[in-house]
Amino acid sequence: MLLTYTFLVVFTLATLYPIVQVFSISLRPANRLLSTSLEIIPQGWTLDAYRQLFVEKPFLRWLLNSTLVSVIVTLTGVALASTAGYAFSRFEFLGKKAGLTGLLVTQMFPATMLLLPLYIMLVKLGLLNSYIGIIIVYTATALPFCVWQMKGYYDTIPYTLEEAARIDGATQFFAFYRIILPLAAPGLVITALFSFITAWSEYLVAAQILQDSALYTLPIGLKQFESSMSTEWALYAAGSLVVSIPAVTLFLLLSRWLVSGLTLGSVKG
Amino acid sequence: MNAAARKRVLVFAFTAPAAAILLAVVLYPFVYNMLLSFSDMSLRHFRLWSLIGLKQYSKVFSEPGFYTVFGKTILWTVINVFFHVLIGVFLALVLNQQIKGRSIFRTLLILPWAIPQFIVALTWRGMFNYEYGAINLILSQYLGLSPIPWLQSPTGAFAAAIITNIWLGFPFMMVIALGGLQSIPGELYEAADIDGATSWQKTRSITLPLLKPVMIPAITLGIVWTFNNLNIVWLISNGGEPADQTHILVSYVYRAAFNLYRFGYAAALSVVIFVILLVLSLSFMKRTHATASAY
Repeated sequence: MLLTYTFLVVFTLATLYPIVQVFSISLRPANRLLSTSLEIIPQGWTLDAYRQLFVEKPFLRWLLNSTLVSVIVTLTGVALASTAGYAFSRFEFLGKKAGLTGLLVTQMFPATMLLLPLYIMLVKLGLLNSYIGIIIVYTATALPFCVWQMKGYYDTIPYTLEEAARIDGATQFFAFYRIILPLAAPGLVITALFSFITAWSEYLVAAQILQDSALYTLPIGLKQFESSMSTEWALYAAGSLVVSIPAVTLFLLLSRWLVSGLTLGSVKG
Repeated sequence: MNAAARKRVLVFAFTAPAAAILLAVVLYPFVYNMLLSFSDMSLRHFRLWSLIGLKQYSKVFSEPGFYTVFGKTILWTVINVFFHVLIGVFLALVLNQQIKGRSIFRTLLILPWAIPQFIVALTWRGMFNYEYGAINLILSQYLGLSPIPWLQSPTGAFAAAIITNIWLGFPFMMVIALGGLQSIPGELYEAADIDGATSWQKTRSITLPLLKPVMIPAITLGIVWTFNNLNIVWLISNGGEPADQTHILVSYVYRAAFNLYRFGYAAALSVVIFVILLVLSLSFMKRTHATASAY
């Protein structure tokens, strides 16, 4: 028992150490940024990096940009996945099986498979350096998973509910909108959180598509701080904590559902 | 309108928006990528490109770099997934016991999965810094070892990427394994106790076999995610440094596309990578008799 506990504590400490490190760096005063000390609360610690982030740097602007992009991607994802998932769960139609398999197979695409052609299309359409471009790419990334996720969730809701409503004279759309959709709320929440996190935490696509600094999202902004490690390391650390907090909070709320979704689907196929 | 016609309209109304978008942002780019892979498109031939048959594919297979990177990708995937499963299952077994503060430990141990990947990568890159990074400082100040030039040597950078990815990947396996453990009926252990089984025997004959059907789909998913994980390798090695030595297939093709602008070549390589992964995961699922789909 003691051994188990020791193992657990050691592993947990190893897990937390990088996070503590970032926190520690974010408190470093400018003159001790590059230090070889391992103390957690640095000598002469200061919250100046956080002040600089919000007052001197365009961090708020990036925050706003990221929020805008993420919210639009989330709304699009939820609207499309909630209807398409319902169709995949409830109706028989031509190409249903091919569609589902196709969505699954996209998960094996290397990033460039869709990114490169989309990038070339955006260049030709003049949509590089625009949010429309990046929203299209993020939607393409998140949608297949979201549709599967919603289909799996609807599959757990018995069809007899709709049948009962139909007998009472309701249309199928009414049954979907007023009975099934509210019951599928947890599924919708997962879809929403997943889409949001996808857009909020993405760097490599954004780096290719958004080159105008006024359009920068948080990840591109943070990468800039990181590149000039000697002068802006504390800013990077402070910024990455601020960016991680909403993502981590949402994720922890989501994790229970996400996993049940993943394993549920594996049984159902 | 009769019922059948009404139903058709409804099906159409539900599927059309998503289908239209998926066709536009997934299927169309996919077909376009196939077309590109048979073309000579590059920055030089951006507007005036032509179809050149299978030349890009033969270029993919004739460049020796491809085989080195392919080997590294396999190594990368195997090492990562092995440690993800090993650490994940081990922690799940520990957390499945009646211990104090279980849910706190569980939450803390999930954190690496919850933090955005690019932040994980950039933070670890800082920790692997030769002079000021925490890893080397710990090695020299506490363990009396000489610092390791992590990011300056190809092996070091590859190892750094693997360590980072192990750190971020084990929570997924842990959570899945924990779910699996909780669904094993307690009576099995009671019966084993009556038969006088040791705890190791119980683990080996009850826990692990019953955990397997839960873990196989998760491992398949883990293989797919790890094989194609661009974030970690790319950001830890700052795009393949040193000297373009630190690559797995997906970072190699990203570089070909967006740093070298070899569009036709990158498109062909994307297709090759996709086929390799498809074959690998299908054969893995077949060998392990997993359910038909990964989700």
